[in-house]
Amino acid sequence: MRQYGVPRWGTILTMSQKSFVWLCLLPLAAVTAAFFLLPMARLVVAGAEGEHGLAGYLAILAEPRYRGTLINTVVLAAATTIVTLVVATIAGMFLQRHRFPGRAVLIAMLTFPLAFPGVVVGFMIILLAGRQGLIGELSNRMFGEKIVFAYSIYGLFLGYLYFSIPRVILTIMAAVQKLDVGLEEAARSLGASPWAVQRDVVLPALAPAFVASGAIAFATAMGAFGTAFTLATNIDVLPMLIYTEFTLAANFATSAALSVGLGLITWLILALARSFSGSTVAAAG
Amino acid sequence: MNAGGHGAAVRIEACGKTFADGTHALEPATLDIARSETLVLLGPSGCGKTTLLRIIAGLEVPDAGGKVLFDGKDVTGVPIEHRNVGMVFQSYALFPNMTVADNIGYGLKIRGMAKDERAARIAELVALTNIAGLENRRIDQLSGGQRQRVALARAVAIRPGILLLDEPLTALDAALRDRLRSELNRLLRELGITTIYVTHDQAEAMELGDRIVVMRKGAIAQIGTPREVYFTPTNRFVAEFVGAANIVEAPMEQGELILPGGRLPAGGEATAAKAIVMIRPETIRVTEVGTGPVSAVVDAVNFIGDRLRLVVSGAAGRPLNVDAPNTVQAKVGDRVGLSIAPEAIRVLPSES
Repeated sequence: MRQYGVPRWGTILTMSQKSFVWLCLLPLAAVTAAFFLLPMARLVVAGAEGEHGLAGYLAILAEPRYRGTLINTVVLAAATTIVTLVVATIAGMFLQRHRFPGRAVLIAMLTFPLAFPGVVVGFMIILLAGRQGLIGELSNRMFGEKIVFAYSIYGLFLGYLYFSIPRVILTIMAAVQKLDVGLEEAARSLGASPWAVQRDVVLPALAPAFVASGAIAFATAMGAFGTAFTLATNIDVLPMLIYTEFTLAANFATSAALSVGLGLITWLILALARSFSGSTVAAAG
Repeated sequence: MNAGGHGAAVRIEACGKTFADGTHALEPATLDIARSETLVLLGPSGCGKTTLLRIIAGLEVPDAGGKVLFDGKDVTGVPIEHRNVGMVFQSYALFPNMTVADNIGYGLKIRGMAKDERAARIAELVALTNIAGLENRRIDQLSGGQRQRVALARAVAIRPGILLLDEPLTALDAALRDRLRSELNRLLRELGITTIYVTHDQAEAMELGDRIVVMRKGAIAQIGTPREVYFTPTNRFVAEFVGAANIVEAPMEQGELILPGGRLPAGGEATAAKAIVMIRPETIRVTEVGTGPVSAVVDAVNFIGDRLRLVVSGAAGRPLNVDAPNTVQAKVGDRVGLSIAPEAIRVLPSES
């Protein structure tokens, strides 16, 4: 009798477990539908409700002002991502591999900007390189010329770097910790110079971390608004453009189309980056 | 095989190692390794064998005063990438972002060898290590045994003067380990490279080593051929670590051990209040009651297949392990005689 009972109990358990799992997913489904899918759908529809209909979407690329802003934003985000990755990889590797007094304080300092909103970052850039900024003051005393770049694309770039680096450093440090030191020793035993070890062993092994943290840095830079808003006087980036179209020009259709475009383009570039590095990532993982 | 006979002679002079946190991993050790010799560093974990290997490799720098010489040339300050040593790691440390062939050829590529020549050398090593057909596989598609072979092929591809192996078989299951051990042995003989092999497995050490260095707590306990280390251990630690051993403490009179079970001739004329001797289980012969010099009672009988392992008590101060032929008829509780050839009794220094 017991022999028959066991499998039947098993089946019943599996059945109720399955429905239980579905039940658990219900809140997620509700939230996704209410706050993601519905507004997204509305946004897509709104983008096509302007005087040009669906052609409103084409305007993102066709209209020189929009296109210029789009290119600006992508270039800025890409530059931020690349420079962040370079700086954070070197710093993360050093911090993970070395023990020295003050290391914990340094890590805390480097990751501190995580807590700042974009507005504060923009404010700090102004303090540094604005009209009354530190750099301007110094250069004025030394060369009699005030160097001010807070309100240019360089200021924005600096701000983006400032809040991208902490995020990437933490990811890289975690990845470096998991590296097998034996791999580096093996490469060295085969005659590889320190540079060759980095190129052939360490960087390929860190590729998944580069893709993951680079994606976050890129997406953040594409959509960052607070810093741009605080600094922007003579630069246009996509989130700023959406804001002005929406609040100042009350151009709902265009701002909706731009929003959808921003999302799509970011997603597309990330997908490309992922598939491009896919082989490396799979091999290293 | 044209990789053969490239071995370098190694000399280690007063190499000790103290780590930054103050632990003495290795007492200053001096050691000569002949060209083409296979030397095994054997010992329990934490005995300093891996530290010594890493000093020879150039991955660790010995404490001041220590020197490493390859063919008489001081290489103490030379980093590993310029020492031309082949190394096999316990984890194999194969590059996951490269194929099997690229792994094997990596050292050659670094040396700037032309593609054709490289391919020829890779093919040679693939044949040598029996991994044909795996050349284009990724590392995560290989079994443990295959990884071990790739790691070895990669290490010898650069025709190193010295081959260093750090517990290369430990990560494998027992059956595979036995098979790869004899394969490795054949390969090492064929290549003729000076080989330093670290292991905690005494069977591996016996089979592979021309000489064995038994290590304990950062110091060398004994250096000798497998036979010397097995038959004539110079101290109790070596006697117990290498093979199975009965250690008996008893007074000695005129070269005879005074045991509870009788007087056992141990050779010589020595007299001592307390002698420590080693008796290997397989050297003890089980005889009819009353015929051997010592009598005992059988406590346990374990049939292992190729032999019987008996535990007998009453002969010495503690139970003795006896390996008897599997045809011996013995039951628990039987009274038996024991006889041991005097030359099989090894007197150990008492201070250890």
